[in-house]
Amino acid sequence: MKTITVRIPTPLRAYTHGADEVRAEGATVADAMRALGDAYDGLLAQVLTEDGEPRQFVNIYLGSRNVRALQGMRTPVAEGDVISIVPAVAGGRA
Amino acid sequence: MTAKDRRLAQLRAAIGDVTPREALTLQAQGAVLVDVRETDEIAQGSPPGARRLGRGFLELRIEEAVPDLNQKVVLMCATGIRSLFAAEDLMRLGYTRLFNMAGGFTSWKNEGLPIEIPPRLEATERERYSRHLTMPEVGEAGQLRLRASKVMLLGAGGLGSPAAVYLAAAGVGTLAIIDHDVVDRSNLQRQILHTEERIGTAKVASAKLMIEALNPATKVLPFATRLSSSNAEDLIRGFDVVVDGSDNFPTRYLVNDACVKLGIPNVHGSVYRFEGQATVFWPRYPKTRGPCYRCLYPEPPPPDLAPSCAEAGVLGVLPGVVGLLQAVETLKILLGIGEPLVGRLLCYDALRARFSELELLRNPHCRYCGDETAFPGYVDYEQFCARAA
Repeated sequence: MKTITVRIPTPLRAYTHGADEVRAEGATVADAMRALGDAYDGLLAQVLTEDGEPRQFVNIYLGSRNVRALQGMRTPVAEGDVISIVPAVAGGRA
Repeated sequence: MTAKDRRLAQLRAAIGDVTPREALTLQAQGAVLVDVRETDEIAQGSPPGARRLGRGFLELRIEEAVPDLNQKVVLMCATGIRSLFAAEDLMRLGYTRLFNMAGGFTSWKNEGLPIEIPPRLEATERERYSRHLTMPEVGEAGQLRLRASKVMLLGAGGLGSPAAVYLAAAGVGTLAIIDHDVVDRSNLQRQILHTEERIGTAKVASAKLMIEALNPATKVLPFATRLSSSNAEDLIRGFDVVVDGSDNFPTRYLVNDACVKLGIPNVHGSVYRFEGQATVFWPRYPKTRGPCYRCLYPEPPPPDLAPSCAEAGVLGVLPGVVGLLQAVETLKILLGIGEPLVGRLLCYDALRARFSELELLRNPHCRYCGDETAFPGYVDYEQFCARAA
């Protein structure tokens, strides 16, 4: 099991009690996301489809790379890695 | 024989003369024609495509114009005398294939060869842009380019305000602004185009007042309308760069789709509370094909999963940071300098004071910018958050 950091985008921080970064454990990106879902109720449904893939308006990054360019959700993680959840944000004038 | 004449005779022997017509042929074959006359002489006309490097700065600027010392260079002045001395200078610098145009511009004109009146900066412009003009990356050519540029701003709000102010200050000639909204007191915490006394007036009208007060030479085209599938392409066509500072998904997708179709770079920015992002969507960027917004997010989120509007909010200065990143990218694209933010998402976390960069992937199967896809048409997505907080 590797401990990694997950960066939570502002729109989803309501699910993490305001935390902008949380820890998760797992061997792959999918594992870590599952662990995140167990710890924070309701968060996962915002990010992943029922098949466990990123939703169309969400990208998941491992470090600076989109997991789509790696091995998708099965991409292995290393101790200390950073996963970023990056949803589409419309705001500009807001 | 004077010393000058003796020297000229020696130089003529060393540097080959060409007639204006031969110079034109050489230029067509790839030689660089360098006009070394003074600015006020060049203002009366100069051969099209000539590099205008006044004699005074010739040695300092030639290597930028002609980096290859073995490139063929034809020098010209008014009569063919000054250019001969200039050729000698270039020979000393190490240029190996130099020609002098006999008879200079006078003969060129008499032979009826093509002439253009090069655009030039007025004295007040030289003063206003002096800090640009001293940098070779901008210089007079770059400043003239900015003056001839047309930028379309989507939104005269948090992002559009700082972008518009700095682009006008930088000398962009034409700024079009699309915004259907009116100025509200709650805008003034961040939307620096507007003022207390203009509350209730159209944002585009307010923007025009501000921009024209700052730089009367900037032409402002106000469009107090909302972007839709029926007007997006007509509004955006003909612009060099589009700056997307809109606040809703329907507009973002229309901007993206129109820019993809028309091949216009889309300088994108977004902000949310203490976080901001900027990138350049430009699938037709000549150096590396970049992604479009739909490569990243093929469809907007459904209303039930979009962040609630009541939760929105933003630190007033944050769109200032992001809007200015957009302005910087816009100027770089217009000037053709540096590495644009293509294929990279620059993220700014104000609370942690941290910038980070994420790689953006082009999707070769993207429905809008993918290989061999026919344009699928514009979509009016449901406006599920008509007014952001």
